[in-house]
Amino acid sequence: MRGHEPRSSSSCAACKLLKRRCTPTCIFAPYFRSSDLITFAKVHKVFGASNVSKLLGEVPEEQRQETVKSLAYEAEVRLKDPVYGCIGAIASLQKKMLELQHDLAVARTRLLAHSGVTNQVSPLDDSPELAAFLDLVPYSDLMLLDGSTSLDAYLYDLGQPPFV
Amino acid sequence: MASSSNSYNSPCAACKFLRRKCMPGCIFAPYFPPEEPHKFANVHKIFGASNVTKLLNELLPHQREDAVNSLAYEAEARVRDPVYGCVGAISYLQRQVHRLQKELDAANADLAHYGLSTSAAGTPGNVVDLVFQPQPLPPQQPPPLNPVYRLSGANPVMNQMPRGTGGSYGTFLPWNNGHDQ
Repeated sequence: MRGHEPRSSSSCAACKLLKRRCTPTCIFAPYFRSSDLITFAKVHKVFGASNVSKLLGEVPEEQRQETVKSLAYEAEVRLKDPVYGCIGAIASLQKKMLELQHDLAVARTRLLAHSGVTNQVSPLDDSPELAAFLDLVPYSDLMLLDGSTSLDAYLYDLGQPPFV
Repeated sequence: MASSSNSYNSPCAACKFLRRKCMPGCIFAPYFPPEEPHKFANVHKIFGASNVTKLLNELLPHQREDAVNSLAYEAEARVRDPVYGCVGAISYLQRQVHRLQKELDAANADLAHYGLSTSAAGTPGNVVDLVFQPQPLPPQQPPPLNPVYRLSGANPVMNQMPRGTGGSYGTFLPWNNGHDQ
């Protein structure tokens, strides 16, 4: 019987784009279905099919799906931001993380100061002037009201990874 | 500052690697000095010289230095972690931002409860439009090395990378030493 190799009903996205025959052992086929043409086009534009093929060949088969997902993501981001790509995304996220850490520290310091004050003085609704004062005092000055308060306790250790 | 190695009749790292004559006006020469062979080797392995040429040609000259630096970082991250590359770092940071936002929302809710003014809530949701959701690996596989730890600038090659304009990311870019506190 002539060449009884099963013929795929359609080429994978990679072989479609590269205009070649999609063989049963095609390394791209499990990860770039024929409907994933745009995804493969982006990955090919950024990394090149040859490089992707080598990369996939270097990782165990069970990790290839994740590899393709991350390559597709990286390609998408690079095409959106050709200058910085994923590094820009990392920088944005790090900046956002620092802003949130700061805001969280401020909020917790205010809460702690409030808790400390209410333990010692009348509740806020009995001291509207104090409430107004706490609202206006910068958080760094709040520490003076309670000498044991340390803002550092609320800041995540920026000396640790991920970014030193 | 980008180097111009061809002015000293020394081929740039790209042309050395590709074994070709480094001509005046070589698009790689300003960004791949011969003293940093690994930088081009990584970029070529992951992206390919041809793709990098096309990408650089699509950018304005003042953008190319930062583009090369970001490609070099991504390439190194991918070489160290072939499965996730630098996307692992993005996933990690997205989770951290999400967690911090939830904690801030809770703290602000407490402040509001006590009638105190709240801290800036920031913008909920992801700074980066695309969210990467890695799947857990099979248990017998060791977890992928988190490339975030590799991007701290501890690599002596990366520490020597020229400072780019930084765009809107400024000191948050690894090669601008944005992490010094």
